[in-house]
Amino acid sequence: MNTATFSLATVAPAAPEIALLAMVSALLVIDLFVADRDKHVTFWLAVASLAGCALLAGSMAGTASAVTFHGMFVADPMAQVLKVAVLLAVASTLVYGRTYLELREMLRGEFLSLALFATLGMMVMISAHHFLTLYLGLELLALSLYAIVALQRDSVRATEAAMKYFVLGALASGMLLYGMSMIYGATGSLDIARVAAAIGGARSSDALAVFGLVFVVAGIAFKLGAVPFHMWVPDVYQGAATPATLFIGAAPKIAAFAFVMRLLAQALGGMGADWQQMLAILAAASIGLGNVVAIAQTNLKRMLAYSTISHMGFLLLGILSGTDNGYGSAMFYVLTYVLMTLGAFGMILLLSRAGFEAEELEDFRGLNRRSRWFAFVMLVIVFSLAGIPPAVGFLAKFAVLQAAFEAGYGGLVVFAVLMSVVGAFYYLRVVKLMYMDEPAGEITIAGRADMRWLLSANALAVLLLGIVPAPLMELCARAITASL
Amino acid sequence: MSQGLPILSLVTWLPIAFGVAVLAVGSDSRPAAARWTALVGAVLGFLAGLPLWAGFSTAAGGAMQFEELAAWIPLFNVNYHLGVDGISMPLILLNSFMTVLVVVAHWEAVTQRVAQYLAAFLIMSGLINGTFAALDAILFYVFFEAMLIPMFLIIGVWGGPNRVYAAVKFFLYTLLGSLLMLAAFIYLYLQTNGSFEILDFHRVPLGFTAQVLVFLAMFMSFAVKVPMWPVHTWLPDAHVEAPTGGSVILAAITLKIGAYGFLRFNMPIAPDASHALAGFMITLSLVAVVYIGLVALVQADMKKLIAYSSISHMGFVTLGFFLFNADGVLGGLVQMVSHGFISAAMFLCVGVLYDRVHSRNIADYGGVANTMPVFAAFFVLFAMANSGLPATSGFVGEFFVIMGAVKVNFWYAFLAATTLIFGAAYTLWMVKRVVYGEVANANVAALADVNARELVFLVLLAACVLAMGVYPRPLADMMNPTIQDLLNHVATTKL
Repeated sequence: MNTATFSLATVAPAAPEIALLAMVSALLVIDLFVADRDKHVTFWLAVASLAGCALLAGSMAGTASAVTFHGMFVADPMAQVLKVAVLLAVASTLVYGRTYLELREMLRGEFLSLALFATLGMMVMISAHHFLTLYLGLELLALSLYAIVALQRDSVRATEAAMKYFVLGALASGMLLYGMSMIYGATGSLDIARVAAAIGGARSSDALAVFGLVFVVAGIAFKLGAVPFHMWVPDVYQGAATPATLFIGAAPKIAAFAFVMRLLAQALGGMGADWQQMLAILAAASIGLGNVVAIAQTNLKRMLAYSTISHMGFLLLGILSGTDNGYGSAMFYVLTYVLMTLGAFGMILLLSRAGFEAEELEDFRGLNRRSRWFAFVMLVIVFSLAGIPPAVGFLAKFAVLQAAFEAGYGGLVVFAVLMSVVGAFYYLRVVKLMYMDEPAGEITIAGRADMRWLLSANALAVLLLGIVPAPLMELCARAITASL
Repeated sequence: MSQGLPILSLVTWLPIAFGVAVLAVGSDSRPAAARWTALVGAVLGFLAGLPLWAGFSTAAGGAMQFEELAAWIPLFNVNYHLGVDGISMPLILLNSFMTVLVVVAHWEAVTQRVAQYLAAFLIMSGLINGTFAALDAILFYVFFEAMLIPMFLIIGVWGGPNRVYAAVKFFLYTLLGSLLMLAAFIYLYLQTNGSFEILDFHRVPLGFTAQVLVFLAMFMSFAVKVPMWPVHTWLPDAHVEAPTGGSVILAAITLKIGAYGFLRFNMPIAPDASHALAGFMITLSLVAVVYIGLVALVQADMKKLIAYSSISHMGFVTLGFFLFNADGVLGGLVQMVSHGFISAAMFLCVGVLYDRVHSRNIADYGGVANTMPVFAAFFVLFAMANSGLPATSGFVGEFFVIMGAVKVNFWYAFLAATTLIFGAAYTLWMVKRVVYGEVANANVAALADVNARELVFLVLLAACVLAMGVYPRPLADMMNPTIQDLLNHVATTKL
């Protein structure tokens, strides 16, 4: 295995990552020669690179799993699907955020290249087959995100958010590394396949491995924003500029899902009985606290932050069932959740204009009077987040609930559905403001045509996936069975 | 089994498609286009449902007819499975019929955002038909829940002063119940080894505790919908604040979905629990009949009075079901259809008055008969039907339920029969104060009698009420085989 020969075939599985890295490097140079008023050139170049890489990753979807770089990197069906989703999510994020960033003079080469570096980090995480690769990808993502939040350096709130994000993120990384080092001590390897083999059936006997697992799970919970490691989420969501919030809230959730799958399902699958209990507590706490606290929020970004916390609880509900059914459901959940998040923040960005952030709930008051269509777009997304059919959010919840029920967590399922009723209340408030109240001030629909079309397509996708869910659900299920 | 045309899909999707079309053609500046498109859609939806009546075979027993089956989510074995029996078929027709009336009734009453209003109704009508026709539990759930969205908007956007409170209350109450039902569905899915077919749920053996839990989870959902005492408090709020059309659909149709759910889910899936909890159900029903009847007596608001009267009448329906004899169940079903006509008629009558005077308070009227003689005649007829006068449809259902109750326990029948007194008391007292007497004030003196459009729906409803009252047999014949089948099924233990 440790032959030192080099051939193109050994790097081929990493083609999308390599292509993206090449594009970022090119972009960094090109940006130097582009005048400030021609920034759309670099913008579209960035979007085109993402789309191109998505095509590349998509074209590899049919191929079998390939492990390369001496077992550091894996390209399996799950990774391909998730990578395409990440790339498309980031591209949509950029399109949604463009006008906002331009008006605030933030659409510079730094933002774009940081965004692409973060994307590269996510792709590396998704394809990691070794604890070091996993950590490398995670840090590439995290460092880029800290910088993206801090980019708005004259804003006190953004700087504070960046600081909090950085300190807590570093703490989480530290925990994760500590846990990984203990697992290394227990198993003698950092390679995911070898860790899995070493853990095998002889689990709970090894206190060291269990101790390491606790730290790993804590690190994961930090990154996901699951209760009780959720403190950073509302502050960062609210404090960061809306496109940065969208960036943090959308694509990285997909990478985080892959991260959990690689660490818990693949490497530490043998200790399932241990981590399932831990995830059950995290899930229950997240679903409970997220939904209850969201009621008290008046800031839409903060409300969506608490809603994210509860959604991550639902995601954990799928993962903790520890079956292919559960993993597939969780994958479907995370993909559809990202689609909904993109739509929700896209609406905030659509209503924002120079010197005005449409981030308070009140800013949506009477939207139906201004634009029937975009009120409907928000309606679909909000009901989908609340899990009301026919939008896809219902089927995503249904999928993880049935998986958790099947795995014997019936009580948790009942708790989760009861909390969904609490959650429905704050989502309804948004609908109420849009449809049942008169507009208070002027609402303008800013945003370019491309953004409006993408946002409309986004909402229709949320609706249509709820009516025709089978292809995506089966794609997720197949990807999981082929990859584990 | 399957015929050439997918009729059930048609009655489900045609109104929805027209609802979308109404949104597309009708902007706020062109209400006429929206109105006519909606009317065409509603009428076509009703006509599409007529083959169900014509082609329905009573020889088939309780078997499902007009079935349609297609895979929807193969991964979880969820199917797009539609079909009707003698219970659901009349309800689909009732709903399609009411949709036409609602569209006709709104014509001058709603002037704000007409296209959205009509689209919400058409989409809801399609979803309700889907709910009645669904034979797959998840499909049922999707229709059942999706219905909340248009209803929430109808109450909250076009309702009265306290509309938002009523809309949110309606939504959350219903959601709480239905999510527990979803958990029960998932449990049954695991018990049947991976099937969401409602008919498979009927067959799967369940232990007693499991049956009780499943029963209670579904009870939460359907009891809120019916609504049974003590989870009825959303209904008066929602009714008072809803626009006339919303009240009509709410009273005539959506309440029936709760009762339908008891027959389709609770009783056949958990027969032993149903028997064990029958006393509980009957008690709640009798409380609704007697206590809510008394509450209705003291209402000052006409819509609130009719809302309480609806709860009381629906108590009769659930009472009939849980007597477990043919008379009771048939009586309950006939009462469902009959109450659909009568409550719709009562709400439309109040709507006619409200459009003119903009008040629902009984005290603001008096002597309406002097200025609106034609209207008064219809109003009195429907009031009589509401109090269960023989030869109107209101009598048939109540009579059968009381007959069924006598066979089980005299005191059940006795308490149920008090409704004939209370019902007459609150309805006729309201009629007396509104319709008869001297002309009370200048508003009443200025009233104009019903116009041709209003006459159309009043005549149609009166014809239905009288026809069902005089000759209910066709309806009963259609329901009886299914009822027999159901009772046989419920009589067999699942333990």
